[in-house]
Amino acid sequence: MTKRYWNEYQKEIADDHYFYERSCIRQTFFPGSETAFLKIMRDELHKDIYDEENQHTCTGIGYHSDIVPLETTMTVVARLFSLMNAAGYTNYVPSCVTSFGIFTEMVEIWKHNPAMLEKTREYLRKATGREFEPPANLVHPSDIIYKFRMELKEKMKYQLVNRFTGKPLRAVEHVGCHYAKIFPEKGIGKSEFPHVLVGMIEAWGGEVIDYPERRHCCGFGFRHYLLQENRGYSVANSKKKFESMEPYEPDFILTNCPGCAMFMDKWQYTIAEMENKTYDKEGYGIPVLTYEELTGLLLGYDPWKLGLQLHQVQSENLLNKIGIKYNPDEKYRGADGQILPIPNRPKFLKQ
Amino acid sequence: MAVNFGYSISTTRVINFDNCDFNLLHQLEEIVPSYKRCLNCGACTATCSAQQFTKFNIRKIKSLFTSAQYDKLAKELDKCMLCGKCTLVCPRGINLRPAIMNMRKILSNK
Repeated sequence: MTKRYWNEYQKEIADDHYFYERSCIRQTFFPGSETAFLKIMRDELHKDIYDEENQHTCTGIGYHSDIVPLETTMTVVARLFSLMNAAGYTNYVPSCVTSFGIFTEMVEIWKHNPAMLEKTREYLRKATGREFEPPANLVHPSDIIYKFRMELKEKMKYQLVNRFTGKPLRAVEHVGCHYAKIFPEKGIGKSEFPHVLVGMIEAWGGEVIDYPERRHCCGFGFRHYLLQENRGYSVANSKKKFESMEPYEPDFILTNCPGCAMFMDKWQYTIAEMENKTYDKEGYGIPVLTYEELTGLLLGYDPWKLGLQLHQVQSENLLNKIGIKYNPDEKYRGADGQILPIPNRPKFLKQ
Repeated sequence: MAVNFGYSISTTRVINFDNCDFNLLHQLEEIVPSYKRCLNCGACTATCSAQQFTKFNIRKIKSLFTSAQYDKLAKELDKCMLCGKCTLVCPRGINLRPAIMNMRKILSNK
């Protein structure tokens, strides 16, 4: 019998009462995901989750690009923790994997270097007059969905099964580097066997593809992408992954990191337009979903309310395979009820 | 017509061994069996006279030859003066001088 090493690497995930911190880039690129997560937590799992209106960046992108110094990042993180303290919560849930990495790193530094913690308290006091305490439990939202995946399964209207063939849908899972590669013990299954997305896919009827470049970077890498001249290197990383997964014919890609979802989605468009190449047979590309979008879809949420139309690779083929009903006429209806102009079509990538 | 985004996609430097032709390497190993003993220490390169004046690098040539990357290798090999100092310093006793000569021969017959 195959030994499942990830079984030995579980982490503590609080049961209820979470303080939610939103991501900088997710609200732009995948605006439906965070709303869907809050809805799932409140309406499906009946959990108490607090959405703070005075929150701000964690400095992650600036920190990892060597623009924001460590002390500044610590102070900014400390302010976010002080907001959590003020709201009366102790379980911190940052939406972004990079934020999760930043918070974990700062808490670890403070643990090993109490003088740094005292200095951060002083900086925060001087800057804002606030006090703070680090959280008792720090988890990523994908951990929570993983924890409650079986409860969610009972409420789901659809399964990850191809309704035309009756076979499980084949999924590529991509776990963000900052989820477990910085502090392996902070991720379910550690960095070698991250099980956070595998657990969801398998529990909901899908099949996970194990391909050669499975643990390779998505190509985001912060400073590797920020300058336009460097982006060829960033695309090359994603391309390497796509070439590696292509023979396994995945139905979709699932990620738990904003950067991974964004780059694996948008670079497919870029590669298609630059080299006339897509990594599926029909020329539509491989849809990239966030774990909230996938959970929402299977729970029966409207794909357009989840924001699937904002992806570069469109998901209609996947929706048809699962059997999810959707109204094509509603795809570009705005929040005010007006039909928005249809975006320009890519030249090569089919939509 | 491809879209110009202001950058190009970097080509990978990964060598896919499934697409490599190792016949030339096997030919060399048959003629100079000691070549298999190399541990990539670089003593040959450190002592090389040609390396003093050019970018000639025996260690690099070895790694290119064993990974079947033959492009431009013939031109590089011409820089060797066949003095044999590398053979004298090799801790594994590899016959490097004949190895280089046979590499030239194999590549010219390619």
